[in-house]
Amino acid sequence: MANNEARPVEDLHLRNLTKKFGDVAAVDDLTLTIPAGSFFALLGASGCGKTTTLRMVAGLEDPTSGTISIGDRDITGLRAFERPVNTVFQSYALFPHLDIFENVAFGLRRRGIKDVKSTVDQMLDLVELGPMARRKPTQLSGGQQQRVAVARALINRPDVLLLDEPLGALDLKLRRQMQIELKRIQTEVGTTFVHVTHDQEEAMTMADTVAVMNSGRIEQLGHPADIYELPRTVFVANFLGQSNLITGTRSANSGDDVLVQASGLTFAVPADRCFAEGSNIIVGVRPEKITILDEVDADRIPEHHNRLSGRVTDVSYTGVSTQYLVQTAWDQELIVFEQNVVVGDRSEVGDAVVIHWSPRHTFGLDGSGGTSVGMDPEVLALEAMNASLISDASEA
Amino acid sequence: MVAVVPSTGGQAPPAVTVKRPSRTGYILLFPGMAWLGVFFAIPFVTLFLTSLQQPIPGKSGKYKFGLEFGNYVTAFTEYWPVFLRSFVYAGIATILALCIAYPLAYFIAFRAGKWRSLMLVLVIAPSFASFLLRTYAWKTILSDEGIVTSTLNTLHLLPDGRILNTGIAVVAGLTYNFLPFMILPLYAALEKIDPRLIEAASDLYASPQTAFRKVTWPLSMPGVVAGTLLTFIPAAGDYINAELLGSTGNRMIGNAIQTNFIEFRDYPTASALSFMLMAAILVLVFTYIRRAGTEDLL
Amino acid sequence: MRWLRKNLVGIWAVLVLIYLFIPIAVIMLLSFNNPKGKYNLSWNEFSLDAWTNICGVPGVCSSFVTSIEIGIVSTLIATLLGTMIAFALVRYRFRGRSTTNLLIFLPMATPEVVMGASLLALFLNLRFPLGQGTVIIAHIMFIISFVVVTVKARLQGMDPRLEEAARDLYADPRAVFRYVTFPLVLPGIMGAALLGFSLSFDDFIISFFNAGTLVTFPIYIWGAAQRGIPVQVNALATLVFLIALVIVLTGQFVSHRRRRALEKPAPITVDLMSRS
Repeated sequence: MANNEARPVEDLHLRNLTKKFGDVAAVDDLTLTIPAGSFFALLGASGCGKTTTLRMVAGLEDPTSGTISIGDRDITGLRAFERPVNTVFQSYALFPHLDIFENVAFGLRRRGIKDVKSTVDQMLDLVELGPMARRKPTQLSGGQQQRVAVARALINRPDVLLLDEPLGALDLKLRRQMQIELKRIQTEVGTTFVHVTHDQEEAMTMADTVAVMNSGRIEQLGHPADIYELPRTVFVANFLGQSNLITGTRSANSGDDVLVQASGLTFAVPADRCFAEGSNIIVGVRPEKITILDEVDADRIPEHHNRLSGRVTDVSYTGVSTQYLVQTAWDQELIVFEQNVVVGDRSEVGDAVVIHWSPRHTFGLDGSGGTSVGMDPEVLALEAMNASLISDASEA
Repeated sequence: MVAVVPSTGGQAPPAVTVKRPSRTGYILLFPGMAWLGVFFAIPFVTLFLTSLQQPIPGKSGKYKFGLEFGNYVTAFTEYWPVFLRSFVYAGIATILALCIAYPLAYFIAFRAGKWRSLMLVLVIAPSFASFLLRTYAWKTILSDEGIVTSTLNTLHLLPDGRILNTGIAVVAGLTYNFLPFMILPLYAALEKIDPRLIEAASDLYASPQTAFRKVTWPLSMPGVVAGTLLTFIPAAGDYINAELLGSTGNRMIGNAIQTNFIEFRDYPTASALSFMLMAAILVLVFTYIRRAGTEDLL
Repeated sequence: MRWLRKNLVGIWAVLVLIYLFIPIAVIMLLSFNNPKGKYNLSWNEFSLDAWTNICGVPGVCSSFVTSIEIGIVSTLIATLLGTMIAFALVRYRFRGRSTTNLLIFLPMATPEVVMGASLLALFLNLRFPLGQGTVIIAHIMFIISFVVVTVKARLQGMDPRLEEAARDLYADPRAVFRYVTFPLVLPGIMGAALLGFSLSFDDFIISFFNAGTLVTFPIYIWGAAQRGIPVQVNALATLVFLIALVIVLTGQFVSHRRRRALEKPAPITVDLMSRS
């Protein structure tokens, strides 16, 4: 809406928000400020409470305790149709008995606005659906329905637009396109967007702030790059991208570094990148930060780098990069991504290799909860199955 | 043999609607439920009381309140062969209907493609013509001079040399009349089966017969149970087919209730018979549902 | 042989459909008959008499009109009451849900002769005069359950997010009902009403018990069956059949066009008759 008259956009505050279903807290004492005009993503696995949070903001679910306010205005007690908040529903929830025009006009008509024609036409132009105005929702493609859903919500000029897995029903290519499209619309209208998704790539591409949620609480909040580069919990390290996590114990400090002993090796973690309180520390590094070298080239490794020796157990070529699995002396498999910039000369299965990475890419996490928190349970199950298959095979 | 893993497409189920406890619910329920209470439930009580009434001596057709459980004994002794006949006729008709309906329902569910809706309309369309007239039409079709009877007679398949006014005609009429009640629940159950399951089964078991026995048939069980009940219950209580297509030797329990109630005005006997019929059907239904393991059907 | 094996189910399906229509064909054919005796059971000669003089036999048309009146009144009331129950069942929490469900299920599982007899027992005990009123009461009673089942299925099949979306878009509870819920449930209610009318119109057993001296169309046919059914009855039945078929086919055509984009056809006929 290019002609958006100046209306002060205000921050959305959630204070001590809790929602219990029976004894289970779906959302647990959540306090959060979403800055006005930002594109904010709530990221988490299904059942983490992100959708419940969204529904409470929309007024479709009553919080057990806590408050929701926009600026100084407490909206906790307002019902859904009284709130200056609109939602883009998962799988859109377009009214099947109304055409596109009437779908988009619905909110305006309910508020008793008489002349809706020009506003609706303008909105349909924004989402590039002008010619479709008199079609029924079922006659539209998935991507078009998605844009109708956005238009139907945005036309009401809400203070906050909520998006519940808005791209979940679209195929990959269309999803990419819609990510860019949504971002464009958000920049154009300047409304606060709160976006709920389980797709980390979607959250990172679109949002300027991402909050990773886990069992009703926020694990970490920040700019996508900051969260990725410096996860503060094992959950975030595993949930957002992939991480190599090595369990160890705190030994000493050396300058600005914390030294961690693990299986006879010592790893350096910069003190400002170490979030472990106790003596159990998990040393983490992202796969693309690791360099893989043949054992004979070990002398080329910079002196202060963290390093370890291992054997290559798997090589998969993925086009942009090559993915190695390296088995350590203590039988852990680490993942290494190598950019395919060098022609030929890749390590092969069975090669003895040395891998190394800079301490500035290393992070230290609290080790009390184990290394698998936040990993996809299906992946864990597969790994367990593989392990038992391997042990069966070795027994036979 | 290649084993294929079918993809599990589909979306997350929609959120559950929040149910509000409120007076509105009771207000919405009240008129309709009161109607059912007064004109369905209470009549059962009066039916039961009527079945225990005693005749007033000297006044034929007049009865007074009583606890004459002997009415049940009398009714049962006199009518147990009729009861038996009703259940046998209804049972045979139900099995025949199942055999006739299953392939049709299967075809509509899996093979009919764009003809599916039209075929469903064709299944219910005959019900738009009067039930009585349709039954009456079988009198013409099965008449002694008709081709059905003469064909079967040349093959020497008819013990009495005729169909009309025999038990065969009554069963044929019952089968025909309640067939849609078998087809539709079967179709509804089969339609819910993911065709990929059957493909996966043929992929794993290879033989279509085994695939049917191990996958399609068990999954269609709710439809089979619903269909057999919806056919059996009205068939067991019906008396139109017996009246129009059978002879006096083929009377069913419905005929007995009707004549006792309306012609003989022997209300206690008629009520006792109705009550026994209802009780017998309920017992049958519940044991059947238990056996078939489909309690959730209710 | 291979072809036969492959298409056996299809051939069977077509044969069953033909079987379903044999009596209809007989009814239609005999409506053009000029029967030899008083029984219109076998073909004698072609005649249009029944069609040109459709009310020619006393009682035929008046009983037909009586049935239509009863059908309309009982359908209207039963649809209203049944729809209300369906909304309560799907949308509200209340005590006694299982008793309610049982009371709705039982009329569909009770043989008509038992329902007819028990209702008559009530009316006799209350010395309630039998006639159009008692028949309408009885019809409403047995139609309600079918309406509840049909409308309930429609309500349950509705995406709850549609109503949430309406609430989100500034519709207060009344507006949600008026602009979203009701229009979406309406096809189910219409289907239920159509089913209710056809059940009422064609009911013989329950009506016969509670009609007293009133003659509905089925009761007329029953009485006439003893002394010979007039050809006019066949003509009227053919007419009803064709009208109903046209209504249903039109409904199918409209909903088919409306839902062309959806992969799953949801024919009203299925909710119509799946009772449980």
